[in-house]
Amino acid sequence: MPRTVLEPRFHLEHLSILDSEGHLDTALEPKLSPEELKSLYRAMVLGRRLDERMVRLQRQGRIGTFAPIKGQEASQMGSAFALRPTDWMVPSFREAAAMVWRGWPIEKLLLFFAGYVEGGQPAPGQRDLPITIPVATQLPHAVGLAYAAQYRGDDAVVMVFFGDGATSEGDFHEALNFAGVWQVPVVFVCQNNQWAISVPLKKQTHSKTIAQKALAYGVPGVQVDGNDILAVYAAAREAVDRARAADGPTLIECVTYRLGMHTTADDPTKYRSEEEVKMWEQKDPLTRFTAYLKERNLLDPGLEQQVDDEIGEAVRRFEATPPADPRTVFDHVYAEMPPHLRAQREELARRLEEAGTPPPPEPAAAPPRATPMRGQRLTRR
Amino acid sequence: MAVMTYREALNMALREEMRRDGRVFVIGEEVGLYEGAYKVTQGLLKEFGPRRVVDTPICESGFTGVGIGAAMVGLRPVVEMMTFNFAIIALDQIVNTAAKLHYMSGGQFNVPIVIRGPGGPAAQLAAQHSQSMETYFYHVPGLKVVRPTTPMDAKGLLKSSIRDDNPVIFIESETLYPVKGEVPEDPDFVIPLGKAVVRREGKDVTVIAYMGMMYRAMEVAEDLAKEGLSVELVDPRTLRPMDTETIIGSVRKTHRLVVVEAGAGFAGMGSEIASFVTEQAFDDLDAPVERVTGANAPMPYARNLEKLKTPSKDKIAAAVRRVCGANGG
Repeated sequence: MPRTVLEPRFHLEHLSILDSEGHLDTALEPKLSPEELKSLYRAMVLGRRLDERMVRLQRQGRIGTFAPIKGQEASQMGSAFALRPTDWMVPSFREAAAMVWRGWPIEKLLLFFAGYVEGGQPAPGQRDLPITIPVATQLPHAVGLAYAAQYRGDDAVVMVFFGDGATSEGDFHEALNFAGVWQVPVVFVCQNNQWAISVPLKKQTHSKTIAQKALAYGVPGVQVDGNDILAVYAAAREAVDRARAADGPTLIECVTYRLGMHTTADDPTKYRSEEEVKMWEQKDPLTRFTAYLKERNLLDPGLEQQVDDEIGEAVRRFEATPPADPRTVFDHVYAEMPPHLRAQREELARRLEEAGTPPPPEPAAAPPRATPMRGQRLTRR
Repeated sequence: MAVMTYREALNMALREEMRRDGRVFVIGEEVGLYEGAYKVTQGLLKEFGPRRVVDTPICESGFTGVGIGAAMVGLRPVVEMMTFNFAIIALDQIVNTAAKLHYMSGGQFNVPIVIRGPGGPAAQLAAQHSQSMETYFYHVPGLKVVRPTTPMDAKGLLKSSIRDDNPVIFIESETLYPVKGEVPEDPDFVIPLGKAVVRREGKDVTVIAYMGMMYRAMEVAEDLAKEGLSVELVDPRTLRPMDTETIIGSVRKTHRLVVVEAGAGFAGMGSEIASFVTEQAFDDLDAPVERVTGANAPMPYARNLEKLKTPSKDKIAAAVRRVCGANGG
């Protein structure tokens, strides 16, 4: 009997609830209150308007390079919306809408992309990691956060974001493998936006879906229409609940599309067709959600203006921030300042003083640390 | 004081710190059931259980990243590299996250992780498994790098490393694991990071060395004493941040300096020490600084060639004589 057919006992689903034609699967429609629907919508609109504003700010040289989210509002907001504030969100670098939703002040995001260290500093108690620029390295961190939660008997769930390109990295494999072996409470959210800069998905993987990669790790995987906010939320809700119930990790593949450039340093017209972009514009996540809310009479006519005002205020606060003090370059290299750095800081301060710059501030005291995880939960490890 | 091996001293440090602090856990390949490839984690699984002594799949980048994640939220992982040669698989996690997160988060996150395991030249482990890995790490701001020479240092420095709020690269040595020495049994005994030690007082020349090279330099110092040369031996113990004060103090006293290192010399520790000594104590030097280093080649596998690759007693003695202007130098 040299060849025996194994019957793998797994299956894969694609989830779509509200399609681009406006068809709704009422049986699958998640139970969200009008208030919840409105706040989801507001977060998506804010994400879109902020994105457009940030591109303009970058073009005017007022902030540096950043990665626009346009087109991916549903895939990130539908996911993050399923988290509690006491859960952890681990972003990559294209989650501005989800970060603002989680409580990251807009001006802090702008400060980040203008190079201020304050932009990478979450508020005390805020359970968000800062933006991760290296690709996929945040995935093992998310598993570590979840291991710490399990270690302490905390009921926190960790949600980590990454793109389709990241799934080719070793850290993706290692993190999924760990999460499967340990059954830790992690939700892996892949925003499959079809392009890793100029590399299309078909050159990234020969796999038919990204979701199916989960199966090899003994982890449930699901593919969702990433431009369908209801489907993304439903999938995330299920995954977060499963993780919280100590039933292990999930991989969610949100099939979406980056309508803009990879970063503001990129020109996508060099590698993809206008027709393709137009086709995806028809599937814009905001268009169909707007129609859905309109039908339910949940649209607030003043919303755009309100959101623009909020962004405008944040831009004003951001631009009022004085330039970074050169002396702070030595702060936070280590938890304490070693003698050689103190000597360099003092020398720089002396030189700046001689040049007529105001006297140095004391080395910045570390802000109060994010509260460690606490709580109770049974784990089935 | 008790006499024990370097390996036992490390084990004692781990055990004491795990008893003292529930946040400390050990993670790596073969650390649990197998008790470590070099048995440094002997008995820990039995005492602390699988939650705190965690066997992992073979994936250095993965378990280092997991450790970093756990450290960010306040646990204190001790990550074992089966050998430090494998740590380069995790270099991105170590260099780009462990070393940078405190800085890039404006002090909001610490990464109190210890990454430990053996490194440096061993016995016939060949080019890929026998190399001085510290050079890859001490270049990186944000990392602390420790190389403990004696069993006492192994215990005292590992305990300090675990209690430290920064990522610490702690590189032991395969050849030193069986070496015996006196070790304080006091669970409060620690040796602070960033402090060098003068292992032997002398007045004619300062020799800086660590790990196996320090043992070799000690023998050289005893031999040269018979010729009337008084050698002062300084062991930096922590390579970053380095205790430049003790080194400069010794050079101001002896006016001559020889740095011995097992690794390839190009851009090595000797270059850095020669550089800051020249900057800070040029007028105190009576001779150019000499470096005695391993050959700038990968480690050969053959025993006779391996011996030629690392600094011998004769080479160290010749360098000392040279800077002292003595016969045979």
